[in-house]
Amino acid sequence: TKCVHLPPEVTATSRHYVDRLFDPDPQKVLQGVIDMKNAVIGNNKQKANLIVLGAVPRLLYLLQQGSSSSELRAECAVVLGSLAMGTENNIKSLVDCHIIPALLQGLLCPDLIFIEACLRCLRTVFISPVTPVQLLYTDPTVIPHLMSLLSRSQRTQEYITQIFSHCCKTPEHQTVLFNHGAIQNIAPLLISPSYKVRMQALKCFSVLAYENTQVSMTLVNVLVDEELLSQVFVRMMQRDQPIDMQLTAAKCLTYMCRAGAIRTDDSCIVLKTLPCLVRMCSKERLLEERVEGAETLAYLMEPDVELQRIASVTDHLVAMLADYFKYPSSVSAITDIKRVRHWTLLIEPSQQHTTLHTTLDHDLKHAHELRQAAFKLYASLGSNDEDIRKKITETENMMDRIVSGLSESSVKVRLAAVRCLHSLSRSVQQLRTSFHDHAVWKPLMKLLQNAPDEVLVMASSTLCNLLLEFSPSKEPILESGVIELLCSLTQSDSPALRVNGIWALMNMAFQADQKVKGEIVRALGTEQLFRLLSDPDSNVLMKTLGLLRNLLSTRPHIDQVMSSHGKQIMQAVTLILEGEHSIEVKEQTLCILANIADGNTAKELIMTNDDILQKIKYYMAHSNVKLQLAATFCISNLIWNEEDGSQERQDKLRELGFVDILHKLTQASDPNLCDRAKTAMQQYLA
Amino acid sequence: MAELGAGSLLLGDPAFNYQEAELNERLKRLYPAVNEDETPLPRSWSPKDKYSYIGLSQNNLRVHYKGHGKNHKDAASVRATHPIPAACGIYYFEVKIVSKGLDFLSSLLPLSPIPGWDKHSYGYHGDDGHSFCSSGTGQPYGPTFTTGDVIGCCVNLINNTCFYTKNGISLGVAFTDLPPNLYPTVGLQTPGEIVDANFGQQPFVFDIEDYMSEWRAKIHGMIARFPIGERLGEWQAVLQNMVSTYLVHHGYCATATAFARATETLIQEDQTSIKNRQRIQKLVLAGRVGEAIEATQQLYPGLLEHNPNLLFMLKCRQFVEMVNGTDSEVRCFSIRSPKSQDSYPGSPSLSPRHGATNPNLHSAGKGNTPSHLPIHLPSVDSEMEIEAEHYTNGVAENPSARIMNGTYKHQEILQAQDISLEDSCASRQLCGGNQAATERMIQFGRELQGLNEQLCREYGKNVTHKKMLQDAFSLLAYSDPWNCPVGQQLDPMQRENICSALNSAILESQNLPKQPPLMLALGQATECVQLMARVRSGSCSFARVDNFLH
Repeated sequence: TKCVHLPPEVTATSRHYVDRLFDPDPQKVLQGVIDMKNAVIGNNKQKANLIVLGAVPRLLYLLQQGSSSSELRAECAVVLGSLAMGTENNIKSLVDCHIIPALLQGLLCPDLIFIEACLRCLRTVFISPVTPVQLLYTDPTVIPHLMSLLSRSQRTQEYITQIFSHCCKTPEHQTVLFNHGAIQNIAPLLISPSYKVRMQALKCFSVLAYENTQVSMTLVNVLVDEELLSQVFVRMMQRDQPIDMQLTAAKCLTYMCRAGAIRTDDSCIVLKTLPCLVRMCSKERLLEERVEGAETLAYLMEPDVELQRIASVTDHLVAMLADYFKYPSSVSAITDIKRVRHWTLLIEPSQQHTTLHTTLDHDLKHAHELRQAAFKLYASLGSNDEDIRKKITETENMMDRIVSGLSESSVKVRLAAVRCLHSLSRSVQQLRTSFHDHAVWKPLMKLLQNAPDEVLVMASSTLCNLLLEFSPSKEPILESGVIELLCSLTQSDSPALRVNGIWALMNMAFQADQKVKGEIVRALGTEQLFRLLSDPDSNVLMKTLGLLRNLLSTRPHIDQVMSSHGKQIMQAVTLILEGEHSIEVKEQTLCILANIADGNTAKELIMTNDDILQKIKYYMAHSNVKLQLAATFCISNLIWNEEDGSQERQDKLRELGFVDILHKLTQASDPNLCDRAKTAMQQYLA
Repeated sequence: MAELGAGSLLLGDPAFNYQEAELNERLKRLYPAVNEDETPLPRSWSPKDKYSYIGLSQNNLRVHYKGHGKNHKDAASVRATHPIPAACGIYYFEVKIVSKGLDFLSSLLPLSPIPGWDKHSYGYHGDDGHSFCSSGTGQPYGPTFTTGDVIGCCVNLINNTCFYTKNGISLGVAFTDLPPNLYPTVGLQTPGEIVDANFGQQPFVFDIEDYMSEWRAKIHGMIARFPIGERLGEWQAVLQNMVSTYLVHHGYCATATAFARATETLIQEDQTSIKNRQRIQKLVLAGRVGEAIEATQQLYPGLLEHNPNLLFMLKCRQFVEMVNGTDSEVRCFSIRSPKSQDSYPGSPSLSPRHGATNPNLHSAGKGNTPSHLPIHLPSVDSEMEIEAEHYTNGVAENPSARIMNGTYKHQEILQAQDISLEDSCASRQLCGGNQAATERMIQFGRELQGLNEQLCREYGKNVTHKKMLQDAFSLLAYSDPWNCPVGQQLDPMQRENICSALNSAILESQNLPKQPPLMLALGQATECVQLMARVRSGSCSFARVDNFLH
């Protein structure tokens, strides 16, 4: 059915192989399969030919036939395994022929040689990226049966654990494997005499433990030959062990630590896992190892400042990472040869050719991978400690590298670069110096124009920091017309983007001039503003209130905003004060009222609103000091002397019983509240 | 005087001795290649090589500052008793900051006030975290350190670099191209400053053994992956030749023939010659030296005449064997001694006890006495493995039955002898306790004395001969020669040297090498590794010959 052009002589020989599978004499069929096996080893063209000529269904038929001899069935599985070693297209064809259920069925046969051949073929099929891993889980009896086969031989152990580690991609997969006793069944394999088995078992644990608390918590208590599993992993990280083993063992411990099963100050993390991962970042390691090492290390220390501090002084890590940007280079050529050699050991000879052909693509991919890994690690290193951030920005050409990283073609690199920038933007000093010197806002703005959501989140979050009032980048950003963009972010479906958008506007409005404030209000539109005040995400609500508060600062601004939007604002405030909100939200809202009370004309909007006054009274007597303070502030502003009509307001509020409350508050145990109440009382005395 | 007294008291302290033993054990494990007779390891600070502002206590491990500490001129340092031996390969020590001032730490050559500020001196300073290399201006290096921190210094003598550690974390390379002969050093500058050193007295905070294991693996990998390239065939031929010549040298005739057949190589020496040598060696090792001399004279006429020293050594040994009661000259007086040369009285299953202490191994390369490969022949059992033949089990229960045991067909055993027979006797007696034999021995002794005098006349005085003769004759002065100060001569193991000497002499006379090339190669490799230590090539510590012998 497929249109494939084959040279006639090639087809002829290949066809002969296929024809022999149909011989009525079973002995001749067996010989035919054996000859086919010898013909396809290492010959990709032959493999493709045989697949096109329909060898696969026939082989599967022979493999499934109960009447076939066990030798024939095993040879069929071997040939299929060989065909699977070819190109990705081969795998696709095999999967299309339903090879997976046929081979899984074959595992029920008692013959070990046949089982091993089936498993070997299944392994090859499942580790291919084109095979849907879900196929392993469709039949619920498969996983328990595979578990039971683990005891059969070293080969079954190797293949099954390899299948598991490649097919465990989601939390559901982890749970299925966990529930079928993966941990108890695989743990003993960690001390198998076979290196391959140990390695595949280790890989299984790394995928099982990843972001899985249940698995991780179980793992810490597992004993292998009377030794704790974590100690077995530590032994596997010893420096004379193969690098792959060190790295994978470090991953296991990292995941267990992140899942909370091992403390971050445990010596197996501080003195073993962390230094091991730092070693993986060294120039001596292969590119893949450096990438994985850096990413795992970034993940390990992300939430822990102490680990970040230790890593920052370990083996010159910060400087070591700078080398990640020097690829491709003359040095990398050597590493490259090493890498190709390393691969050829792992793959069937037939794949060597393809590998060499794709080396160039790999180079490019590796350059990207290295850069993004370095950015991630820098981001993690600098996320809390000011000294580390300083050390990072002082690394050679660091800011230039981030700036160019922000506009790289690879989304992965852009994302990592902006994460790094975000981490560094938490530093007041860096915002004032290096960020301004390198005009990082420019590429950042560009990035914001058109980027996937995850990049947008990071970029807009960074922008929030760049818009802080002490940031010298604030001015040029304002001039670049960022307001429209931020307003559009507030309409996003993603709460994170809405928060960042409104947050940036809030920072922008802080101590801004009338023009900017007017622009913000105009661009956002009152409708959107009030929609945000009823946002389900409390972070969005908080930042919107913050924006309002910043808009309502300095008297002329207050009066102007209130004269145009007073009605809606008072409504919104009432709603929030009546609603179920956190203390922080209510405090922020009361602060807005206090700002309104500071206006000349705006005051009247409160004074004429008895409902609001009752609410203020209520919060002055609230059990939370913060709310009492904010409410008192509001009253204090209303009764302030030296302002027009202060006498009337004082009288009205006295009638409403506020003086009694203020009097009580002068006895408050909180010194701030007490002071504030006394100051307010003085307005009456003057 | 008081300090001296305290010092000797401490030596008697069991806790101290225990610590000392622990230190020795740890140092031996960390630096197995170091020969402390030549290059002692640092074990404490040196009370001689220090500034007067420095005070030492706690077995010279604790350092405190007692100067004014006003400026850099008041800085003071102390160095360890010995420089770091190159044979360490990787050397490590730690210092705990007990009380903080401004601390400096380094490894350096001369005694300079602050480590790192003088020529050839290197340091890591606690106040600013800078590293100082032969100058007063530092480079940013690591974090600062303070009270409670443990700072370690690792000198890699393979690539001549150094890194420091802080609380068990490696801070990365601080210096490259380090010169040799560095001393562990510490420098202090502030009153009240105290630091404690750990040269191996305690387990280290940093896992130095893990770091060493990486380098061991690296060096072993380098050796294993040494490029052979085009010369693969050449190497194979050399290796086959080495095995073959070793087998031939020691007279493993059947094995050598089988090996030659399998590898399709030729044996230089003809079969009869190998068998002859084998027979003579067997005789010597069985203690039947007289017969061995006879056989040599018969098979290789003129050989012993041309080697009067060898003849004298053989005769001396013969005398010793007479005392032992094993030589046929005295044995013929006993009923139990068959004169036949083809059957062996005594147990063939007991070989001389080659110990790990065999002194011949390391002298082999110097071209001294040829020797057996002790690792190869620890017991007859392992020889048996070479030939893949086995004794039936249980023979040891009845040693006398074994002599006539028809199942024993082994043709290749060299160390056939009769100690077990002697051991089974209630008590060993001079010349087997036979009067006639004793008389024969005394007569032989006189002849030997005569031979010595004759040799003196012809070749001048020979101190070695005189000593040999004296030792041999001394045996007669004791009622139980086996348990006397010179009784060691009677040990069958002593036959090996003379056996090898005779074997080598025969081979030399046939224009064949007097030593097997395998032994030469082994000796050379051993010497090379020792030489590497002397020329300060640190990798020698991880390329030890015994790592490759099993």
